[in-house]
Amino acid sequence: MNARRAVEAVWRIESARIVASLVNITRDVGLAEDLAQEALVDALAQWPDAGVPQNPGAWLTAVAKRKAIDGWRRRERLDDRYSAIAHDLSEETASVDAAWEPIDDDVLRLVFISCHPVLAREAQVAMTLRIIGGLSTEEIARLFLVPVATIQQRIVRAKKTLSAAQVPFETPDPAEWKERIASVLGVVYLIFTEGYSATSGSSWMRTDLANEALRIARKLAELVPREPEAHGLVALMEFQASRFAARITASGEPVLLSDQDRARWDHRQIARGSAALVRADAVGRGRGAYCLQAAIAQVHATSPAYADTDWERIVLLYEALGRLAPNPIVDLNRAVAVSFATGPATALRIVDGLAAADSLRGSHLLPSVRGELLARLGRAEEARAEFRRASELTANERERAVLQAKATDLTA
Amino acid sequence: MSDTTSTTVAATPSKWMLIMREERELTPEELAGFSFDEILEQMGAYNEKLIAAGVLVTAEGLAPAAEGLVLDFAQTPPIVTDGPYGETKELFNGFWILKTASREEAVEWASQAPLGPGVKLELRRVPSIAEFDIDNEHIQRERAWRESTGQL
Amino acid sequence: MKYMLIMRQTDEAVEAMKTADFESIINAMGQFNESLVKAGVLLDGDGLSDASEGFVVDFSGPTPTVTDGPYGETHELFNGFWTIQVSSKEEAAEWAKRAPLSPGQKLEVRRITDMSDFEDFADNEYLRSEDEWREMSAEHRKGEQA
Repeated sequence: MNARRAVEAVWRIESARIVASLVNITRDVGLAEDLAQEALVDALAQWPDAGVPQNPGAWLTAVAKRKAIDGWRRRERLDDRYSAIAHDLSEETASVDAAWEPIDDDVLRLVFISCHPVLAREAQVAMTLRIIGGLSTEEIARLFLVPVATIQQRIVRAKKTLSAAQVPFETPDPAEWKERIASVLGVVYLIFTEGYSATSGSSWMRTDLANEALRIARKLAELVPREPEAHGLVALMEFQASRFAARITASGEPVLLSDQDRARWDHRQIARGSAALVRADAVGRGRGAYCLQAAIAQVHATSPAYADTDWERIVLLYEALGRLAPNPIVDLNRAVAVSFATGPATALRIVDGLAAADSLRGSHLLPSVRGELLARLGRAEEARAEFRRASELTANERERAVLQAKATDLTA
Repeated sequence: MSDTTSTTVAATPSKWMLIMREERELTPEELAGFSFDEILEQMGAYNEKLIAAGVLVTAEGLAPAAEGLVLDFAQTPPIVTDGPYGETKELFNGFWILKTASREEAVEWASQAPLGPGVKLELRRVPSIAEFDIDNEHIQRERAWRESTGQL
Repeated sequence: MKYMLIMRQTDEAVEAMKTADFESIINAMGQFNESLVKAGVLLDGDGLSDASEGFVVDFSGPTPTVTDGPYGETHELFNGFWTIQVSSKEEAAEWAKRAPLSPGQKLEVRRITDMSDFEDFADNEYLRSEDEWREMSAEHRKGEQA
């Protein structure tokens, strides 16, 4: 057991709760996070020899508070943020309370701040992984294949932005709730999809990144149990993640849904997905976009074989999704479903409509689907051209190889 | 299955854990006769059969016991040491959890597992949460969690 | 990565359990389980019924033989487990340390195998040639169909 990693493990478990408790006092996420990080540095120096304390979260919180008081004493005149804290604190409140337990509502407030609309998407992603997920800057950089300095800058800037905007530490008003929770769920799903089908790099998927997102989503669903879309998002991600072991060969080649060995799907995970969807429905407020996407994923996850897929049900679900949130990607997926439920000719008309509207320009998805449909209609020459075009548009190396292979197969 | 006193339990659907036990290390001759590919193939076919029958809840394999840890709660905080926990006979490297209509069905599935000499399957019933005191607040919460994660 | 926390115990602990305050054990377990759920790390967990209620299937003979449980001595058995999904072995250990167990009880912490365990085999020369052979025969079959 590595002592440093043992401290990091405690941080992973406790950080969101510690920072949440501290923001409650400091009213400033950046400051709270800095204080917690300073406490972590102390832990890294002390725990390897002294051992991990009985309630490590309480220890870290108390040390961070003590640092706030010390800082106030030194910088009272320079920084009024510290004096504000010190008014609320005495030495006693900063002693280690073994029974310390953070308040869940504080963690929820922290989630909303990390995904606050004043922040850019990539800042929201970095803040969520860092503050809610408890990942280090290095870990985030590794997961996103970017330099550590890039993530560091994003986090520093995000903290400054939040501070400058004086974003309050509170859950949104009912009037804002829908939009704000959608933003939070969007950030979590973005992290997941980057892991599920990596847009860059040499790997087809990065399961560790997807699993981080899933962990945050499960946590979130516990914080907002009355929010059907939070359960819907968990369901969607459980269904998609259940296919991880079957989506890739031992040598790293992607395996398409139709060719996957369904015995290798994680059936326990599929059951968790179905249960999350039941939980969403039980709230009784209808199905949102995540719930509908989860329902589509569920049809695949529970079909014994690809040939048994209930495509008509999938078409209906895509229609519902399209009505709720009109989107050319949804239409494209509906076209694929229609091609199996009704036939490739009907589907091609939908795709041609999308191409005419020029709504998916620059995406490899449209030519890739069009190529598939043309191939099934026996129009090999046109199909080959579409696959070639798609392979030029994708940024993922593995995907490019698959598309090029499809074009080559048609030649043979 | 001489235990006739529990026949009332027999017809109750419940979950069973099938724990893969190795009685001893295999001899070099036995090891030589093994094809890893064949084992994967047979296990895959067996799992597919369990899935098709709708009885498979979960199945997992465990990494070598020496890679694991052991926590002894003789004191607080517990003492952490490197694995393995014990001798081969005490360990297990994989398991299935099945949901069957009766314990006879669980035994039947277990008997069909593609296992060979030196290996035993220990079958243990997984009691349902319903068997516990429902007035307890934590049991109720656990019930809610199990419901919400498809584990009832 | 996924880890299994396996509950092990001594005969003394089994005896002590018979007179223990069941309610307080349930409460402590409940709190521990809840902390795992809230952290988003708990995948599943189960307690097992008494080992004497179980069976043992032995595959040593030509046909499997079934006998009544228990499989073995107390130290060979376990009565419950948790499956958690965490980011490191150290995190698995940290959660294990928080389990509300008492003297005489141990937790065996084991990693559950995943795809990465099979990556080793991708480098295995024998398996790689096997792969190539499979691909070739698949191509061959395709040719036959066409």
